[in-house]
Amino acid sequence: MALDSKIPQGPIADKWTNYKNHINLVNPANKRLIDVIVVGTGLAGGSAAATLAELGYNVKAFCFQDSPRRAHSIAAQGGINAAKNYQGDGDSTYRLFYDTVKGGDYRSREANVYRLAEVSANIIDQCVAQGVPFAREYGGLLDNRSFGGVLVSRTFYAAGQTGQQLLLGAYSAMNRQIGRGKIKMYNRHEMLDVVIVDGKARGIITRNLITGEIERHSAHAVVLGTGGYGNVFFLSTNAMGSNVTAAWKAHKRGAYFANPCYTQIHPTCIPVSGDHQSKLTLMSESLRNDGRIWVPKHMKDVEAIRAGQLKPTQIAEEDRDYYLERRYPAFGNLVPRDVASRAAKERCDAGYGVNATGEAVYLDFASAIQRYGKEQAHIKGLDENDAALVKKLGQEVVRVKYGNLFQMYEKIVDQNPYETPMMIYPAVHYTMGGIWVDYNLMTTVPGLYAIGEANFSDHGANRLGASALMQGLADGYFVLPYTIGDYLADDIRTGPISTDTKEFEEAEKNVKDRIASLINNNGSHSVDYFHKKLGKIMWNKVGMSRNEKGLKEAIEEISTLRKEFWADVKVPGTADEYNEELAKAGRVADFLELGELFAKDALHRTESCGGHFREESVEEDGPQKGEAKRDDENFTYVAAWEYKGEPKDAVLHKEDLEFKDIELKQRSYK
Amino acid sequence: MNLTLKIWRQKNASDKGKMVDYSVSDISPDMSFLEMLDVLNEQLIEQGEQPVAFDHDCREGICGMCSLYINGEAHGPDRGVTTCQLHMRMFKDGDTITIEPFRATAFPVIKDLVVDRSAFDRVQHAGGFISVNTSGNTIDANAIPVNKHDADDAFAAATCIGCGACVASCKNSSAMLFVGAKVSQFALLPQGQVEATDRVLNMVKQMDEEGFGNCTNTGACEVECPKGISLENIARMNREYLKAAFKG
Repeated sequence: MALDSKIPQGPIADKWTNYKNHINLVNPANKRLIDVIVVGTGLAGGSAAATLAELGYNVKAFCFQDSPRRAHSIAAQGGINAAKNYQGDGDSTYRLFYDTVKGGDYRSREANVYRLAEVSANIIDQCVAQGVPFAREYGGLLDNRSFGGVLVSRTFYAAGQTGQQLLLGAYSAMNRQIGRGKIKMYNRHEMLDVVIVDGKARGIITRNLITGEIERHSAHAVVLGTGGYGNVFFLSTNAMGSNVTAAWKAHKRGAYFANPCYTQIHPTCIPVSGDHQSKLTLMSESLRNDGRIWVPKHMKDVEAIRAGQLKPTQIAEEDRDYYLERRYPAFGNLVPRDVASRAAKERCDAGYGVNATGEAVYLDFASAIQRYGKEQAHIKGLDENDAALVKKLGQEVVRVKYGNLFQMYEKIVDQNPYETPMMIYPAVHYTMGGIWVDYNLMTTVPGLYAIGEANFSDHGANRLGASALMQGLADGYFVLPYTIGDYLADDIRTGPISTDTKEFEEAEKNVKDRIASLINNNGSHSVDYFHKKLGKIMWNKVGMSRNEKGLKEAIEEISTLRKEFWADVKVPGTADEYNEELAKAGRVADFLELGELFAKDALHRTESCGGHFREESVEEDGPQKGEAKRDDENFTYVAAWEYKGEPKDAVLHKEDLEFKDIELKQRSYK
Repeated sequence: MNLTLKIWRQKNASDKGKMVDYSVSDISPDMSFLEMLDVLNEQLIEQGEQPVAFDHDCREGICGMCSLYINGEAHGPDRGVTTCQLHMRMFKDGDTITIEPFRATAFPVIKDLVVDRSAFDRVQHAGGFISVNTSGNTIDANAIPVNKHDADDAFAAATCIGCGACVASCKNSSAMLFVGAKVSQFALLPQGQVEATDRVLNMVKQMDEEGFGNCTNTGACEVECPKGISLENIARMNREYLKAAFKG
């Protein structure tokens, strides 16, 4: 099947408006006759479910958590971008569009990104109307901060808990519709298959996680807002339950999977402390507004620190290497995430890591505390030369801005970041790849949609900070409710979809058989044993830097591990009860397939772009020496993979990316 | 560290349940409490026994999914943290640790340490929202300035993670801190004023129907709240309720 991205005609700034003016609409009386399933209740799924119900559709929403409010969007910290230009610093829809395309290393679809930038301002209006308590200035207006990879302040925030506040906003909009009976909410339910009838997505099979019951649910369309697949690495900043299962089942039923290898390794996470570790914790990128990243200049200092004979605060200014400021004077500590992560790895690989494992760099707030302290002393008419006073006042400012993050750090690491620099290291955070969708956010299966992190379209090969929340809410509040109507207009006479058909029966049987084989396997190793092994392969060979040899090995190793898993996994308990090990086993089985496709995609893309860094593709000389080298001639396309059985047999389809409004350039932050 | 664990085991909602003793060894002080339970569960699976069921997800203190009543305290002995952020350095080698589910009539046990907190959701369905449809045409976000202190207080109330520690810690199993926080968030913002009367009446009514107890001002909820939600929110809800009741 040839990929048709269905990008509307016309100039980029008019596409979305023209599109909305010409789509089919469903009248309010007919919306009552149409059912929509929404899987996942994060920012994308939650906002979509609420909006579709407001419009009049009958929505069934599903989440595996005990409440929609717990979806992992809740953990997003730093903020949400919007082209409001409240600061008057030159922001505009075009500039947000440009920054996002450039930040994504020219591997996203222009038309989708422009639309995202266009609706971004509406998101802030909508959220404020819902009662989302964004940070404000003393005059009562909204405050902004700046984020990596851009030169304006366009990020709206609520301390370090922006995702929480936005999700609670979407959850409250859902609650209103649940109360009205327009959303039927299924908590603690996991989607285990999509049902296709006559070529269209018409329902899902779920497992009730409390009773173990396998259920059939039908609808006229199915929307997946099921998030990303970072947990394929075992250790990531994702929640423990975050998984690829819904997306992978869709893939197996015909939805192409796009750019699986585009993964964001976030530069500011708390380093791994030992083998017992179950997850990694992010420290918001907003910290890079005030924190300066460094390692010691001299190896003797590194050794002394590791031996516990020297403290970072004892190292003189001239003996520190602020390597981001050194390498990228224009953007400094605010380079995009992929660039910051690789630079940290480069220093640590060279031996300058500052903790016992050699995988940590410093994020230091001492200069910011000084700067803010002096400012406060000046405002209050106090002595600017009183070092202790300045420090105290400065710490207070930092506490207001980042207090919850500092507290979180102290609880985990047992060190006080107001007094000593934080230690950070990159960790898997977000996946730009995902299910392929067209301009309508429809997958290659008619009637099956993917929104938010679950799709691939807006962030190219690298996502800029504070853009994930923007995309999730844009898709759910402002894009899907239009595009899905255009499709559903054909369904006003269809009537309810029966679940008593051979398609539902077949899908249900598949699900039950698979569960039975996991439960009856009686192997010798737990699910986590295999998940950790998979994570090690992924991190070592498909992680921050990749090469042909390692990727080929990874494909073989994952394939072998998958066979071992099915032969030897041990799942205790039964299928018809609350059984977390069983739920985990199903998710890890899917990760074991996705991981292989991930490595295959990384192997075929021999260029370096965004978060995908191929060691074979770097600039050999000139001012950009050592930086990642993109290959626009051969790789300006989306790699969309079609399922054909074994992941290694997946067939590649290319969607060529055209850049009409932005010139393709080398991405320079120097 | 080597530890003895006394854990509540209950097969399902209808099972009677009992405390069972386990021991774990070689626990690192850098582990989180839930990572320690992961170690126990791996051990149990290896021995062919059923692992202990407990709720958890983000493991960074924000989703509100984890619970646990540890040595008689919701989220354990540390302050300002959820169970997933509690670290084993808070305990000593040789300690015996008692682990029970959050107990309240409105939170029935599903299995072992997992409880059903959907009563919280139903209280929110009754009024935890502002009735504004999604459109691209709401007024500009900066059209109504909001006093910074009010905005900050609304935010502080809104940081509630809905974990239920307040209910579990209260001798009356009252949910007033949880409901008070939500009522306060909207009461403090101009956008929340229009529906203020209905909201507080409906939410309080639903709270009572769910079987949560009354508030007798012991303040245990505030002490155990991992997010430091203040008792002021209960006072504010009471004022809102009185105002609404007089309005009729």
